[in-house]
Amino acid sequence: MSALIEARDLTIWRPGTKEPVLSHVDFRIDPGEVVTVVGPNGSGKSTLVRALLGHMPLAGGQVVRQAGLRIGYVPQRVQLDTAMPMNVRRFLSLPRRIDAAAASAILARTGVEGLERRPLSQLSGGQFQRVLLARALLHDPHLLVLDEPTQGLDQPGLVAFYKLIDEVRRQTGAAVLLVSHDLLVVMRSSDRVICLNGHVCCEGSPRQVSSAPEYRALFGGGAEGMLALYRHDHDHDHDHAVDQAHHHPRGASPDA
Amino acid sequence: MIMPWIRRITTRAAPARMLDDFFIRGLLAGLGLAVVAGPLGSFVVWRRMAYFGDATAHAAILGVAISLAFGVSIYLGTLATAMAMAVTVSALVSRGQAMDTMLGVLAHSALAVGLVGVSFVPSARTDLTSFLFGDILTVGRPDLALIWGGAALVLALLVWRWQRLVTATLNEELAMAAGIDPRIERLVLSISLAVVVALSIRVVGSLLISAMLIVPAAAARGLSRTPEAMAAAAALIAAGAVAAGLWFSLRLDTPAGPSIVVAAATFFVLSQVFRRG
Repeated sequence: MSALIEARDLTIWRPGTKEPVLSHVDFRIDPGEVVTVVGPNGSGKSTLVRALLGHMPLAGGQVVRQAGLRIGYVPQRVQLDTAMPMNVRRFLSLPRRIDAAAASAILARTGVEGLERRPLSQLSGGQFQRVLLARALLHDPHLLVLDEPTQGLDQPGLVAFYKLIDEVRRQTGAAVLLVSHDLLVVMRSSDRVICLNGHVCCEGSPRQVSSAPEYRALFGGGAEGMLALYRHDHDHDHDHAVDQAHHHPRGASPDA
Repeated sequence: MIMPWIRRITTRAAPARMLDDFFIRGLLAGLGLAVVAGPLGSFVVWRRMAYFGDATAHAAILGVAISLAFGVSIYLGTLATAMAMAVTVSALVSRGQAMDTMLGVLAHSALAVGLVGVSFVPSARTDLTSFLFGDILTVGRPDLALIWGGAALVLALLVWRWQRLVTATLNEELAMAAGIDPRIERLVLSISLAVVVALSIRVVGSLLISAMLIVPAAAARGLSRTPEAMAAAAALIAAGAVAAGLWFSLRLDTPAGPSIVVAAATFFVLSQVFRRG
């Protein structure tokens, strides 16, 4: 199976300088795969995403996108100026116009049905993220790229949002590339986690990464314990790791 | 003192052909400008380019000086300098200069150089106020053709690229993900702005062009829920301001350009009262 996007030996400079933001990064994402990129602030996560999308000039290496690849993108921290009046319905038709049926169907899919006439400025943070996700899901993407999609959401909102992404992925079979701060929540549903800090520090299954010394050096030793705690907490129907593995075959089980 | 147009209105026979009437010509020129100032002004408001409009408009005075000195068409001279200003500002901003400071430097330098330049051209000295404040009632048929032709051209450009322009204005990242190059859309708007500034120098003058762009759009903002509705409402309000301002100017013998802007400002105040959100 060929990769949706593959990057080899990627080096990118900070705009206007020759100071590398990313150096010699290899990356690939396959159809249907969920890949999470984690890393501290300024580690080049968003830069990597932009380079993969072709929005950044490369100082070295190459990015190959599958021909005809359709990408649904939710950029980091979308802040829309209120100077432009914009309701949800009109927003979904940018830049490609869609009909009313398609608009209401996609809004229903992300749990914000009936908001067509609502101005974007009057949406709550959670609603706005769901509208952004709805827009990204239009035109049947092969790959969803979500750059810190839960910024500004509270804990329940964040958990609900990731649940939704999980659902959407199961329904559509789209691959997901997720950039996130919310390590503990995110990692469990990933096939592969890449820990980035200007270069790829470590990479592998969520379990492998969270016990890797490089990861612990970046995020502190407490991170893994909290991951376990979180998993325990979230599936409050059962306490046993074995059961969790059963419920989440793609999740972060110890022997995955 | 009797204004020249009073004399003209009394010497012309009433049944003269419509376009012979300076008032009708002025009205048509103003309406032509209003139709394009609405949508373009909306972009100026959305992108917070108000100062950019000023810079381009002030550069136009430099264009007037150059045109008069070299005996070329005023429209050509103002178009050239406005265009040069638009491109310079875009280039400086892409290089990471602080936008508001650069615009402040460029706008006022261009205006000052223009005013100094005009003082070297004796024939222009007397006309200066007409370029600063416009002289809509002296618009001739060739002006009318240029204004409507230019307005139609810019409007066609905006309509053609509408979806891309709106997307790039809303969010550059979302635009790029859809294969839109925001730099091109920015350039389209800068060029359109330069053309409209050059066209409107006769109508409202270079000091009030920005007002024609911004005030109707700002008034339309509170009444609209989509970008298209706002652009259309802005065009209507601008047209209303032109008609009301000219009528006012005729009745009370006030300067036409400023009267139009006063009418637009009145519409803005009304729009704040009937705001929808």
